[in-house]
Formats: sequence, C-alpha cells, structure tokens
Amino acid sequence: MALDLSPSEEQQQLIDAFAALYDKESSTERVRAAEPLGHDPDLWRRLRENGAVEMAVDEAAGGWGATVLDLALVAEQHGRHLGSAPMLEAQVAARTLARVGTPEATGLLEGAMDGGRLVTLALHPPRAGLLRMVPAGAVADAILFVDGGRLLVLEPGLGRIRVANLGSLPVSDVPVEGSRPVAEGPVVRDALEGALDEWLVLMAAAMVGPGARALEIGVGYAKDRHAFGVPIGSFQAVAHGLADAATALDGAQLLEREAAWSATEEPGRFRELAALAFGFCTDAARQASYRSLHYHGGYGFMLEHDIQLFWRRAKGWPAQYAEPDVAFGRAEACRLGMSGEEG
Amino acid sequence: MDFRLGEAAEDVRRQARQFLEQHLTDEVKEKMHTTGVHHDWDFHRALSERGWVAPGWPVELGGQGYSVVEGLVMQEEFHQAGAPTYGVGTTMIVAGIIRRLGTPAQKELVIPRALRGEIIIVLGFTEPECGSVVVAAQTRAVRDGDEWVINGSKMFTTNAQEGDYAFMLTRTDPDAPKHKGLTTFLVPLRQPGVEIRPIRTLSGERTNLTFYTDVRVEDGLRIGEVDGGWDVMAVGLSLERAGAQGGESSRMLAALERWACTTPEGGSAPPASDPRVRARLGRAAAENEVSTLLARRSGWVQDSGALPGVEGSMAKLFASEAITRQSADLLDMLGPDGMRSEGDPTALAGGAAEYAYRFALGTTTYGGTSEVQRNIIAQRGLGLPRPR
Repeated sequence: MALDLSPSEEQQQLIDAFAALYDKESSTERVRAAEPLGHDPDLWRRLRENGAVEMAVDEAAGGWGATVLDLALVAEQHGRHLGSAPMLEAQVAARTLARVGTPEATGLLEGAMDGGRLVTLALHPPRAGLLRMVPAGAVADAILFVDGGRLLVLEPGLGRIRVANLGSLPVSDVPVEGSRPVAEGPVVRDALEGALDEWLVLMAAAMVGPGARALEIGVGYAKDRHAFGVPIGSFQAVAHGLADAATALDGAQLLEREAAWSATEEPGRFRELAALAFGFCTDAARQASYRSLHYHGGYGFMLEHDIQLFWRRAKGWPAQYAEPDVAFGRAEACRLGMSGEEG
Repeated sequence: MDFRLGEAAEDVRRQARQFLEQHLTDEVKEKMHTTGVHHDWDFHRALSERGWVAPGWPVELGGQGYSVVEGLVMQEEFHQAGAPTYGVGTTMIVAGIIRRLGTPAQKELVIPRALRGEIIIVLGFTEPECGSVVVAAQTRAVRDGDEWVINGSKMFTTNAQEGDYAFMLTRTDPDAPKHKGLTTFLVPLRQPGVEIRPIRTLSGERTNLTFYTDVRVEDGLRIGEVDGGWDVMAVGLSLERAGAQGGESSRMLAALERWACTTPEGGSAPPASDPRVRARLGRAAAENEVSTLLARRSGWVQDSGALPGVEGSMAKLFASEAITRQSADLLDMLGPDGMRSEGDPTALAGGAAEYAYRFALGTTTYGGTSEVQRNIIAQRGLGLPRPR
C-alpha cells in the first residue's frame, strides 16, 4: 500500500453512477424550480431508489456498508449539481441511529430505510424550547436532537416554522414539544460527536462541488467575454484570481478526501481532519464562487445567471453548522488533546 | 484511493530522523544562524557518506533509487528540522542537467565529485535587471578561440562564497530573439574577475550579488549547444522536482502549539483555553495539511510518469502564500510580545512566528514568483489565454 490519489475502479463507478443521476435529475432548471424551499421530491425519490440512505448504513444494521469515503465521493457530486435533497442529513441520521442501537433507534432506522421516512438531525441543541435552523427541518418526518445529554426524536407537526433563507435550503425552526427519548447515557455524546464529524466531512466534500462548478463557469466566461478586444481571461487581474481559486479547490478536495479516508483507515485523526476539511472547503468554495461571480461583472448580480445559485449555496450550506473558525477550533482542540473542549 | 505513503517511505522517514538527530547538531544550527549560510560542509559530507546527496538517482549512478514521494518524505523531515540543504539542492539540479545533456568529459568532471560531497554548484540565472524573467539575461559570453569571455552580473547567487562553479545563463547572440541567443556554462568561481558581494536578507540568510569581469571559461564547460541555452533551461526546469512544502510552517505551528498549552507565569490558564487562539492555530493546521497534500500529489504525479507542471506550481504557490498569511496572523495573535525577535531570550515560542514572518516573504519569490506560478496555473491548468 502506498500513496494513490486516484479513485479505485469501484469508486469511479460510484462517482459515474451518481454523476449520471444528478445530470438527469438536478439540472440548474430543476434547482431553480425547487426554490425557494430547496427540496425536489422527484430527485429525492430517485436518490432513495438508488440506495442513498441504505448505502450509508452498516451491513450489520441492514444497510449496504459504504465507507465514509464512498459517501464523500457521492457528496461531491451532490454539491456539484446543487442537489435539492436532504441526502447528507438523512445519511448521517441513519448512521447515528444504527450506532445508538436502542430499540427506539432501531425502529426509527427501519422507518428511514424501508418506510421511506425522512429522518434528519439538528446540529445544535434547542434554545428556549426551539430548535433553530434545523437542516431539512422543513421537509423531515422526524428530527433527532440532543438536549441535556439525551437523544430525542421529534415529529414536527404544524408548529414548525419554515424560514426563508439565503441558500434556499429547507431549514426550519421547530418547537421541541412532543419529543420522545431515543437514548441516554454516554452513548449519546459519542453518537452526536460522531454524527457531527460525519456531517462535517460530507459537507466539506459537498462544498468542493459548487466551488469547482462555479470555477468552471467563471473560467468559461473569462474565455468568451471580451473587453478591449481580448478575452478578459487574458488579464492577469482576472486570471490570477481564478488560479488562486483553482489551487485552493484542489487542496480542498485532497483534504476532504483524506479526512473521509481517515474515518476507516486512520480513525485517530478523523475528528481533527473532518473539522479541518469543513473549515478549509468552506473558505475555498466561497472564494471560488465569489470570484467567478464577480468576474461576470453586472451579469453575475442578475438572478437569471446560474452563477448565483452556486454562490448562495456555497455560503448557505456550511452556515447551517457554523463559521469556519468554529470548525478550526474544534480541530485544534483535538490536536492539543483537549477532550471535552468543543469548537 | 490511499493516503498512506507506504512502508518504504515511512522507513525513509525513520532513517531521516535518525540521521538528523546525529548530524544536525546544535553547533551546525548555531553556525547557520550566525552566518546565515544554509550550507554546511560537515553536514554535506555526512549526507554524501549516507548516499543521500542524490537519493532519487538510480543506485548504479550513486543514488538510492527513491521514488519521488520517498524523496519528498526525506525533504519533509529535513525542512521541518531546519537542516542546511540549499547547497546540495542547487548542486544536484545542475548535476541532473549534466547527467542528461552533458558530454562524457563534463559528466566525469562533475558527477563523481558532486556525489562525494566535494563540490557545490550555485545557480546564476537571474540578474539585477531581469528578476523572474530569466530569459532576459544580459550577461555576455563572447568566444575567444577555445574559450569564452564572460562579463556581467548575477543576482541571488546563494552560496557563491562556498561554490566551485556557477551554472550560468549567458547571452551569446544579442541580435537574436530573446529565447534564441542564450547559452549555458559551468563557470569556475575561484578565478580572478569573479567578485562576490554578500547580500543580507530579511530572514537572516546570506545570498550574493556576483560580478564577472573578463572571466574565462573553456568551451568544454559549455552545457548544450551554442545559443541553445533555453533548451537546457527547459530540461533543468522539468527536472526540478517539486520539493516538499510546509516544513517551515509546520515548525512554526508546532512551536506555537507548545506555547498555547503552557500557562504563562502569573496566568491562570494556557492560551489554548481561548477559542480564538484555537481557531487561529486550527486554520494554520488546515493550511499546512493542504500544503503537504499538494506537494505529495505533485510527487505522486511524477511517480506515475507525468510532468508535474501545474501540480508543482499549485504546491509552491499555495505553500508560500499560506506561510505568508499564517505567520502574519499568528504574530498578531501573540500581541505586542509577538515582535520579540527569534534569538532574543524573552521571545515567545522561540520567536517562531517572528522568524517565519520574515522568512515567508522569500518563499513567494524564489523558484518563480507567485505571479509566475499563477500564470502557469491559469494558462496550462485552466486554459486561459496568454496576456497579449
């Protein structure tokens, strides 16, 4: 075994299969049509039919046992096509339920895999009886969350409040009334921290997508658009900004893939690398989408141009958790062996 | 996909650490610090005895047959430890060119002595008037029978005061288009007419401005064709393997992480208890990881048989810009105390941030400025048109 940065044959097949699915089911027209809610039921159905939830669950718990790296490669495609579906959250919630393993959790997992129920998870505990900005909270059948050391589940009813938002994401604020316990004890903390690690690394992988696609759009525009009789991409003021973005994105992809790989191959570094990747990929995707949008001049400011779709997700998706510095702090706490210190 | 470097590379890492423990003595480090010279003859000879002057060369030519990635791992360790490697670095770039393009007599003259650690060859490309655009070199070489007479000056000829030869780009036909009138020579430095003027740099390193007045070099030390110097340079640049990146910033981060974990005298908690400190260190850690990964990718691409043009540029650009950003940010983090100089007994974290802040600026220039790297990435990587 030695350094090999190419996807294996199986990994490439997985990438190609999902790339084809998203090409068909997540064009920018479809992404626009799903706004402002940010949920495309047909895309979600196709993803489910292709095993998007089952693949994420261990074989022992009835799933297909994909590795975190496999999931990250799929998440890259999801991000590239701005998938309007809560795949990352559903995958991480399912894995968390499998890990917790109480009868209540097992029942919820069965519902998520066979019953087609959409289970998501809140990334932050409730404040004043309200879960705020819950990812996929506007469309989920059930929400997992942690409060006071207990893992709870909530079936959001009419009380949930959809929130119009920058990223056109199906987030909502949800009152915690009517929740019931799923598990308690030390397993809860471990499960939640593990879930956060996985959500961070998959979001990092997803962020490479809008960054890379926005860069391609920006580069294409810089080759076509002329000023002073030459393509604007021949001006160093434009070319160098794109070169910096391309460099950061290549680094971002290497880092998220290394982090995802480490989940099974170097688990001692997974928490650190997942958080580092989240912070770095977030910055890289924002920079790439911002520059590509800016080099469109006034056109980039128009809703009609697709580049804004990438720019808004590049900010909105990761913001569901926190700013990059929070993740960098989480990683540094691991590096310094400060257990119990969260970012 | 596998991010492990492999057993062979990890074995190289262990051996490198062992070697450094034995040979990178406090005395060697102290001498580097006071003289600013990043070459040490004792250390260099020890490298040679270990067979590590040309670790990537085939065994039958005096190397170790290391893969590029194995060579990178060795460099990672050497850079992180702050070992003096500039002299061996430039010498082996030139030895690599001669191995491919030199005459049998030139190979005989240079290669065995270079591998035995007896000679140092420095680079004479850039000039006071041409910066990164070495194709504009003006130093003249004029033929005189079996010899050439050289007049001109070369900038940043680091280690010229230790060197035996300068590998020099000269203009032999001033009337031809820029790329066509250049010729390269191996110019013996220990002769009359060579004047070496030391230049002190922000990082404390010493480099030189060198002047050449009627300096003579025999035609047998011409490398490549007359007026074919640009082809020689192209080979040289393609041979210049993308080096390890991130060594200096890893060293800075490690020092600051030790500082962050130590409760200061009279304080109640270590700096790391402040989330802002953790966030800043974490950001530096992310950038270091990326610098390392980009350099390893470049090595992996070469081991797979390709030239690492764009990948090498990305690795170099990212690492040098990252340490420039990081060192400024981490210096700020230390507050007024951050200004205390490396070497001052009161410095925090050994003055690691203060030193890196000065050191970093050099890295964005040598080996092709960040602007040159961005041009390569934009044109060859992204397919953007050349500036008109």
